[in-house]
Amino acid sequence: MKWRNSLAENFILITGRTVKQAAGLHKGKESEEYRRATELVEMNSDDMARLGIGEGQVIRLRSSAGQVEMPAHSGTVPSKMIFIPLGPGANSLIGPETEGTGMPSFKGLTVEIEPI
Amino acid sequence: MKTIVENATCTFCGCLCDDIFVEVEDNRIVRVRRVCANGRGVFIDYDPRPRRPIVAGREVEWEEAVSEAARILVQADSPLIYGLSSSASEAQMKAVELADLIGAIIDTTSSVCHGPTSLAVQAVGEVSCSLGEVRQRADFLVFWGCNPAASHLRHFERYSLRPKGRYIPNGRMDRHMVVVDVRPTASAKMADHFIQISPGGDFEVLATLRALIQGKEIEPKSVSGVPLIQLQELVQRMKACHFGVFFMGMGLTMSGAREYNVRELFTLVTELNQYTRFFVIPMRGHGNVAGADQVLTWQSGYPFAVSFARGYPQYSPGEFSAVDGLVREEVDAALILASDPMAHFPRAAGYQLKRIPTIVIDPMMNLTAESARVFFPTGSYGVDAVGTCYRMDNVPIRLRKVIDSRRPTDEAILGQIIEAIKRC
Repeated sequence: MKWRNSLAENFILITGRTVKQAAGLHKGKESEEYRRATELVEMNSDDMARLGIGEGQVIRLRSSAGQVEMPAHSGTVPSKMIFIPLGPGANSLIGPETEGTGMPSFKGLTVEIEPI
Repeated sequence: MKTIVENATCTFCGCLCDDIFVEVEDNRIVRVRRVCANGRGVFIDYDPRPRRPIVAGREVEWEEAVSEAARILVQADSPLIYGLSSSASEAQMKAVELADLIGAIIDTTSSVCHGPTSLAVQAVGEVSCSLGEVRQRADFLVFWGCNPAASHLRHFERYSLRPKGRYIPNGRMDRHMVVVDVRPTASAKMADHFIQISPGGDFEVLATLRALIQGKEIEPKSVSGVPLIQLQELVQRMKACHFGVFFMGMGLTMSGAREYNVRELFTLVTELNQYTRFFVIPMRGHGNVAGADQVLTWQSGYPFAVSFARGYPQYSPGEFSAVDGLVREEVDAALILASDPMAHFPRAAGYQLKRIPTIVIDPMMNLTAESARVFFPTGSYGVDAVGTCYRMDNVPIRLRKVIDSRRPTDEAILGQIIEAIKRC
C-alpha cells in the first residue's frame, strides 16, 4: 500500500464517545473545549515508551484515507491499539467505503504512527 | 421570577432521562439537577435568544431564507435530506413529507450508528423488551461493544445495573454484569466479568457462544484472544439466569463484519430463549434516533437510506445512505436537520458537502452550518419546544418545554419550506 511508511508502526484505531467530547460539543464545535477533547490520541504507555513518544507529544497518524497530527496521551488501551474521540481529527483517517451498508469503518482501521 | 420545572426530559442520548429538575429565572435556565455530564449542556449551554437565519453569510428575514431553501431544493436533481435524530418526531414526519414532495434521498444518523443493526433486524428479527422490564426483572446483563460509562451516563443508575426492581429487591447485588469489549473501558471496571476480545473478533466469539450453547465441542483453547473456558463459563451463567439482556453498541456495527456481527448476536439471543428469557436492546446514541427509525419506517416502510426519486420509496443502504451518495458525488444539494455531518463523516464525504448548496436547520451553529448556504437557528426540543421522542427501547416520551419559546421549531420551518416549494 502506497500510504505506508516503513519507518512507522501499525496500530488498530478505535474511535468513540468520551464525556469530554460530549461536554465540548455543547460549548460549540469551534470552542477550545471541543478541540482539546477531540484532537488527542490515547495510547498504551508501553507503546509510547517503545516509540520514544512523550506524554502530550504530537505524533503523525496516517491511514489509506489521509493523515493528521495530534498529541498522544497514555490511556487504558491494549498494546498496538489507539483510541481517538469522535470528531474532525478522527474523520481525517476514516475511509469512505461502507461495504454496501452506509457505515464507514470507524473502528478497527489500520493506521500507522510516527513521532515527529 | 424563579420557577421550578420537575421531570423535564434530557434529549442528549437514547436514555431520554425524564426526571430532570430545572430552575428557571427570567426565562433563562440557571440550575439543573439529576442531569449527567453529557446532557448538562443541553440545558445550560443552550442560548434561547431569537436569532435571524443566515443566507450566504449574512443575516436575513425568515421569508428570504425559506425562499432560498425552497429554490435550492427545487433546482436540485438529487437532493439529500439527512440527520433527523436530534429533532422531534413531529419534525421527522415533515422531513419525510418534504422528501416525498421533491423526490429526495432521505437518510438519518442511523446509517452511521445502528444502520447495520437495522439490517440485522430485517434478516433475523429481534427479541427485545423495554427498559422498564430490565429495571424490574433483569438479573443478567451483558454490555457488548458499548461503554455506557462514557456515552449513556445514567443508564446503569436508572435502568440496568443499580435500580431495585420488583424481582430484583437488592438492586446491584441481584444482578450479574458482563462487559465484552476490545479495550478495558470505564464500564468494564464496573462489571463482575470483563471479556477482552481481539479487534475484529466479535463474530468469531459470538459464533463460538452459539456453538457452545448447542452443546458442540470446540477444539481451540482460545477464540479471538478469549480463553475458551471463559466463554464456557459465560454460557453456563447465561443459561442459568432468569432474565438476561444484551445491550449492544457500535463496537459491533462499526467494525469489519458490521451487520453480520449483529445478526450473530440477535440469533444467539433468540436461541437462548430455548433455555431462559433473553432479550437485546441496541444502545441508541442520539436522543431521538430511535424515533427517526420509527417515523421513516411507518412513513416509507424502511428505517434509513430511502430514495423518493422515482415517486415511491426505494431502500438501498450503500446507495441511498448519506456517506455513499456524497462520496460518489450523486447528491447535488442537502438539507441537514439537527445534525452535524461535517463533524462526524469521513473527510471525503464532508468535502463534498462543502461543495454543494446546503441548508441546515439546528438550534446551534455547528461545523456543517458554518459552510452552509442557508442556516435556520431553531428552538431546542425539550427546552423551549414541545414534541415527541423515542427512547432507545422505542418507548415514546412526550417532551415539555421548560422555558418560553422565542424561536420557531424545526417542524415549523420544514412546513414553511414545503409550502414555499408548492408555490414554486
